[in-house]
Amino acid sequence: MFHNNHGTRRSTAAARSSASGGLEGGGVGSPAASSASDGSSFRPSASTFWLLLHGLCCLISLFLGFRFSRLIFVLLFSNTIYTYTTTTTTTITSTRTETLTVSFPLTHTPPIETAVKPNNSAIELSDKMSNQGSSHSQVVVGRHGIRIRPWPHPDPTEVMRAHRIIERVQQEQRKWYGVKSPRPLIVITPTYARTFQALHLTGLIHCLRNVPYPVTWIVVEAGGVTNETASLLARSRVQFLHIPFHEKMPVEWAERHLTENRMRLHGLRVIRERNMDGIVLFADDSNVHSLDLFDEIQKVQWMGSVSVGILAHSGGPDRTLLTEDEKLNPPIPVQGPACNSSGHLIGWHTFNSIPYSEKSATFVGESATVLPGKMEWSGFVFNARMIWKEAEEGRPEWVKDLDKIGENGEEIESPLALVNDASFVEPLGDCGKKVMLWWMRVEARADSKFPPGWIIDPPLEIVVPSKRTPWQETDDLAGSKLEQDDRRFTRPKSRSSSKRKNTLPGQDN
Amino acid sequence: MGVKSWILPLFLLQILFGKFGIAELEQHTERISGSAGDVLEDDPVGRLKVFVYELPIKYNKKIVGRDPRCLNHMFAAEIFMHRFLLTSPVRTLNPEEADWFYTPVYTTCDLTPNGLPLPFKSPRVMRSAIQFISTNWPYWNRTEGADHFFLVPHDFGACFHYQEEKAIQRGILPLLKKATLVQTFGQENHVCLKEGSIIIPPYAPPQKMQAHMITPDTPRSIFVYFRGLFYDVGNDPEGGYYARGARASLWENFKNNPLFDISTEHPTTYYEDMQRAVFCLCPLGWAPWSPRLVEGVVFGCIPVIIADDIVLPFADAIPWEEIGVFVAEKDVPNLDTILTNIPIDVILRKQRLLANPSMKQAMLFPQPAQPGDAFHQILNGLARKLPHDKSIYLKPGERTLNWTAGPKGDLKPW
Repeated sequence: MFHNNHGTRRSTAAARSSASGGLEGGGVGSPAASSASDGSSFRPSASTFWLLLHGLCCLISLFLGFRFSRLIFVLLFSNTIYTYTTTTTTTITSTRTETLTVSFPLTHTPPIETAVKPNNSAIELSDKMSNQGSSHSQVVVGRHGIRIRPWPHPDPTEVMRAHRIIERVQQEQRKWYGVKSPRPLIVITPTYARTFQALHLTGLIHCLRNVPYPVTWIVVEAGGVTNETASLLARSRVQFLHIPFHEKMPVEWAERHLTENRMRLHGLRVIRERNMDGIVLFADDSNVHSLDLFDEIQKVQWMGSVSVGILAHSGGPDRTLLTEDEKLNPPIPVQGPACNSSGHLIGWHTFNSIPYSEKSATFVGESATVLPGKMEWSGFVFNARMIWKEAEEGRPEWVKDLDKIGENGEEIESPLALVNDASFVEPLGDCGKKVMLWWMRVEARADSKFPPGWIIDPPLEIVVPSKRTPWQETDDLAGSKLEQDDRRFTRPKSRSSSKRKNTLPGQDN
Repeated sequence: MGVKSWILPLFLLQILFGKFGIAELEQHTERISGSAGDVLEDDPVGRLKVFVYELPIKYNKKIVGRDPRCLNHMFAAEIFMHRFLLTSPVRTLNPEEADWFYTPVYTTCDLTPNGLPLPFKSPRVMRSAIQFISTNWPYWNRTEGADHFFLVPHDFGACFHYQEEKAIQRGILPLLKKATLVQTFGQENHVCLKEGSIIIPPYAPPQKMQAHMITPDTPRSIFVYFRGLFYDVGNDPEGGYYARGARASLWENFKNNPLFDISTEHPTTYYEDMQRAVFCLCPLGWAPWSPRLVEGVVFGCIPVIIADDIVLPFADAIPWEEIGVFVAEKDVPNLDTILTNIPIDVILRKQRLLANPSMKQAMLFPQPAQPGDAFHQILNGLARKLPHDKSIYLKPGERTLNWTAGPKGDLKPW
């Protein structure tokens, strides 16, 4: 008695080629003959009996539609019948799906965690098949049960432990293969309390939390310190400095850009006063950063520049901004360093704002394109030692002293005003080819209302019926829906009136 | 005098501090030493001599010429070992001074249209080769093959069958009873694993793996990774036979677990994904061994070996217990608990061991051969078995091998 398959070629554990379903094609002419010739120690009459049995099983398989295991005969005729053998019969009569094997151990009365005993006859058979003198394998050949635990779902504590392991492994990887001796980061963000502040700052907070280096966050707030910002920062779990700025944020975009520049300079002065060490980065609260950026800027020596993707959105529905020529060569909305073929800085890519000049937004919240400045501050990073008071050795001469900047009341357009010679700026991110942060300005109108701290307290009491019910009407579904669709496209006014008509019976329900 | 009296203590202090400095300089790899000692980097040249029999080309060149696919599948080690030995410094043309004799016969090169080897003619081919060498050289009869070695990389080694019950029933080819077998199959207390066999890794194409390397600072973000079959629908649709139900159990227990990235898909980024994973599963299939072990070692992913009683390659040179994680098949439903409870410094140590370049080199069969690769490990293994015991040399007239043993079909000439 063997567990004899139909002689189809099986793959080994490793043959991934087996997944291509190439097993069916493995049927060869020789196995039948070889199986008969090798290992068979029975007399010819026994072999014809087995041939007949084989044929019978083939016919039954044909009838049932799947491979009929001759195991059933062994089990029927053997004396050792355990409770689980009844389950093997049920597997044969039910459909061949994967749920089949799931239900297999569930019909056991003993708890499923205990191992399902392997087929006893298999043990006998393997005993017979192994050589007389040598020890046979402790591992049993034959059909085994598929062990499934009662609740095959992840356990939250284990998931957390796994995440801690992954975190630690990545930390080790960074130690060996990442930036050697990473420097701390100083991030300067100008902000002010408004409707979208929570939206923008939350994104920035989460980004800074994921940075693998020590971060000091200098938040300069226009109009003084407010509770809104303070509460957001308090929950941020990032080390921050909340600095008030005496001016209020103006409503016009042009003015606003200038005020932000002044706020950033103010932040730089804080760094200078406290002699903070590290790499200075300007992160506007509405910008989007990629974590690669923080790894890349570790390479800066004195002053570096990265490419900024400009996402100037058009507030209105008109999409006719691009001319035909522009459609063929779309303007690349990237501001950043430009290099020659040997990798040296030769100039700057700036955002081409000519197509938008007529339709740009003038005040915050206007639904038109918001244009960036000529050179965005967020595209520049520099070593904090560059702005320290004492002429630190190694501080290059091409850097201007911070106190002298802005003393005549001139406006600082870009960080390039901090240096005498812009050619010393290091281009980062594969010479500006890699864009790792995106500039975006999305703001609500300056007079828009929002709940303070975005906490709705006390809870809402007034319930106003909405113009459209989100649920389908229960009576005359098809007809009323069609009516509604027709009305929606032809007579918007009557739609609301018909809706009111429809809601009345709905409300009765 | 007063000055000189504290020069010596200062000097000693400096040495002490110097020592501390060296201790703090951690390595990101760690040396590997197995039960046989720190032998991975041993050079076999000068420690043994191998004589390569000149067999007619029908045993080797013609076979591979008929089907060059044999050079790429996981059993290709038998062909590449022959090529390596032909040009190796351990080769000797004088059989009298040889310690080991190698018979270059390719028994695993009869492939189906899908590329899977058929073992039905292999016993006859092997017999024919042994008959050839025993009649043309006196060295086989001198020891009945005790100082000969053969490469049998197929599923169950020299049992020459892909089905386990059939292989067990056949047993190792009787003529190879005394020879040393170099095979990929290894399972304790199994008929098809002889005492003194050398277990080797399956062949994995080194250039292909090299071409898919990514930078080592790419963070490992996948916890457990596996790609392959869970149910062999063609041969075992109900499950329970294939992999002794272990792979099916893996699927049923962990298909909903986000920590386990397991599926039957064939992604083009398979090698890259392994380099982004912390653990790579190496469960058994129809046979306990798998090229996933080689791939895991090369890509720095800790292998999780789910195969009871398996014997892993070069087990005396490589301490697999310290490098991989062994999980019993009955513990598969608790695999997530087991893996998350491994202490983090143990995991980091395993990664350091895996990062050792000599570890990766020992698993590969590069062309041309490089120091420390699997070819050299095989030779090291053979060298460790020297010197031969005097009892292997038979007295004249003494015969222990039965040339007519085995199924009748094997006795037909080839």
